[in-house]
Amino acid sequence: MTATLLPDAGSTHPLAPLPLACVACGQDVGATPQAICPNCLGPLEPVYDPSRALPSRADIEARPRTLWRYREWLPFQGEAIHATDVGWTPLVDAPALARRIGVARVWLKLDAHSFPSLSFKDRVVATAINAAEAFGLETIGCASTGNLANAVAAAAARAGKPAWIFVPYDLELGKLVATSVFSPRLVRVRGTYDDVNRLCAQVADRFGWGIVNVNLRAYYGEGSKTMAFEIAEQLGWRLPTAVVTPMAGGSLVTKLRKGFTEARDAGLVSGELPRQYGAQAEGCAPIVRLAERGDDVLVPEIPQTIARSLAIGNPADGRYASRILRGSGGAGQSVSDAELVAAIRLLAESTGIFAETAGGVTLAATLKLAERGHFRARDELVICLTGHGLKTVEAVQDSVLDAPVIAPKMREVAALISSSAS
Amino acid sequence: MPTFHLPSVLSAHIGGTRAVETSGATVEQAIDRLVDQYPQLAPRLRDASGAPYPFVTFYLNDEDVRLVGGFGVAVSDDDEVTIVPAVAGG
Repeated sequence: MTATLLPDAGSTHPLAPLPLACVACGQDVGATPQAICPNCLGPLEPVYDPSRALPSRADIEARPRTLWRYREWLPFQGEAIHATDVGWTPLVDAPALARRIGVARVWLKLDAHSFPSLSFKDRVVATAINAAEAFGLETIGCASTGNLANAVAAAAARAGKPAWIFVPYDLELGKLVATSVFSPRLVRVRGTYDDVNRLCAQVADRFGWGIVNVNLRAYYGEGSKTMAFEIAEQLGWRLPTAVVTPMAGGSLVTKLRKGFTEARDAGLVSGELPRQYGAQAEGCAPIVRLAERGDDVLVPEIPQTIARSLAIGNPADGRYASRILRGSGGAGQSVSDAELVAAIRLLAESTGIFAETAGGVTLAATLKLAERGHFRARDELVICLTGHGLKTVEAVQDSVLDAPVIAPKMREVAALISSSAS
Repeated sequence: MPTFHLPSVLSAHIGGTRAVETSGATVEQAIDRLVDQYPQLAPRLRDASGAPYPFVTFYLNDEDVRLVGGFGVAVSDDDEVTIVPAVAGG
C-alpha cells in the first residue's frame, strides 16, 4: 500500500472481466455489467476456470503487498489498471483483549487503516473500478452509508473518472466531508440507505453508469475475499478458529467464507474453516434476528442506530450470511448504541486503535458473545475492524469535554497534577 | 389503475415496456392481473408457491411492501408498484 512499489513486471494482457452465472438458477450470462439474472432475477457471480494455474505460497509472497497478490481469485484476466496499490492492511495482536475475552489470541484485522479511504470498501472498489474500466463505463457511482462513498470518490479521483454518489442526507459529517473533498457529484437523499439503494437500482438501470454495488456488484463483491486471504497469510498461512465481522448487507460474511474456502481448496492453508460471528446494532439487526430464528425469511427493518454504516434494513445477502453464521458453528449478536460507544472507548484505551461505530458494534458483540460462552480458551479470534474512528467522531465526542482548559501557567498544571493525585 | 414499474431485465421480456397499468384491490391481485397480461413474467415475479423471491423487493410507492402489510396490502388507482432486484451493501 505504499507509493514505492515497483510496477509488477508480469504479463501485460488487457484487462478482461470473467463471465458471470446466476447463483439461483445457474444460467450463464457471460461477462456483463449486470448483477441480475435475466432469467430469474437472482444474483450473479463470476465463474472461475477450475483448471487455471494457481500460485504457491512462495509465489504469492514474492508479489507486491496489495490485494492483487491474490489475483487468481479475483474476477479478471489480465492486469489491473486502477487501484493497483490497495490492500494488505495490518493484522494486529491484541493481548489485552484476549485476556478480557478469555481466548488464547485476539487479532485485529485493521481495514480501518486501508489505503486510500480508511475502510474495507477500498477492496471492493478496487475490483469494481477495474470492471468499470474493462466494460468502458466512464461514469461510476454508488449507493452508500458512507464508507463506500469515501472509497468510490477517492478511487474515481485517482482514476480521473466522474462519479455520482448517493447517500442518506443525514450521514455523519466526517463521511460527507471525506467524500465531497474529492469533488464527485455527491447527492444527499432524504431517506434511509434502503431508499437510496432503491433509487440507485433504478439509476443504474436507466443511465448505464457503473454503480459499483448495483450493476457491478458481481465484480465488486469479490474484492472482499482478499481480507480472508490476507488474514490467512498474515497468520503464517493458518486459519483462525473464529472470526467476528460487522454486518450491513451481509456480504462480508459470505465473501470471507468464500475466501477462506478458496484458500484451503488451493492448498494454501489446511484445517477447519473458522466459526463466523456477525455483529449488528440492536436498532438494525435483521440478519442477527434471522440467524436467531433459524428460518430463511428475512424480515426487513427500519434502522434506528448511530451505527450508520451498518444501517441497512433490507440486507441483500442477509439470508446467505445467516446460513453461514449458523452453518459454521457461529452466531449473530446485536448490541445497543450505548454498548457500541463503550466498546469504541475500550478498544482505544486497550489497544491504541480508533474504530468507527461499526468497529464498536463488532467489539461489543464479541464481548457479549464471550459472556454467552461462544468462545473457547484455545480460540484464536480475529475481529474485523472495517472503518476508522475519525469518520464517526460524533459517537465519542463527549470525551473531549473531560479535557480541562487552562491558562499557559505552570501553577495550573501543578494544580491539575495535585487534583489528579487526590 | 395501479402502475407497475419494471427493471430492464423484466421489461426485456415484454418488448421493452417499463411501466404497465393494471387492476386489482391488493398488490397480489395486481400482480395476478399483470401476469394475466404477460404470462412470461409469472415465474420471474413469484416462486412456485406464489411467494416473492428473496432477492427481489416490491415497493408500494416508496415503501417496501413487506413493511406495510405484504402482498395483501390494498392498492388504489394512483399507487405505483416498483420492482427492484437486490443491491449490495454500501
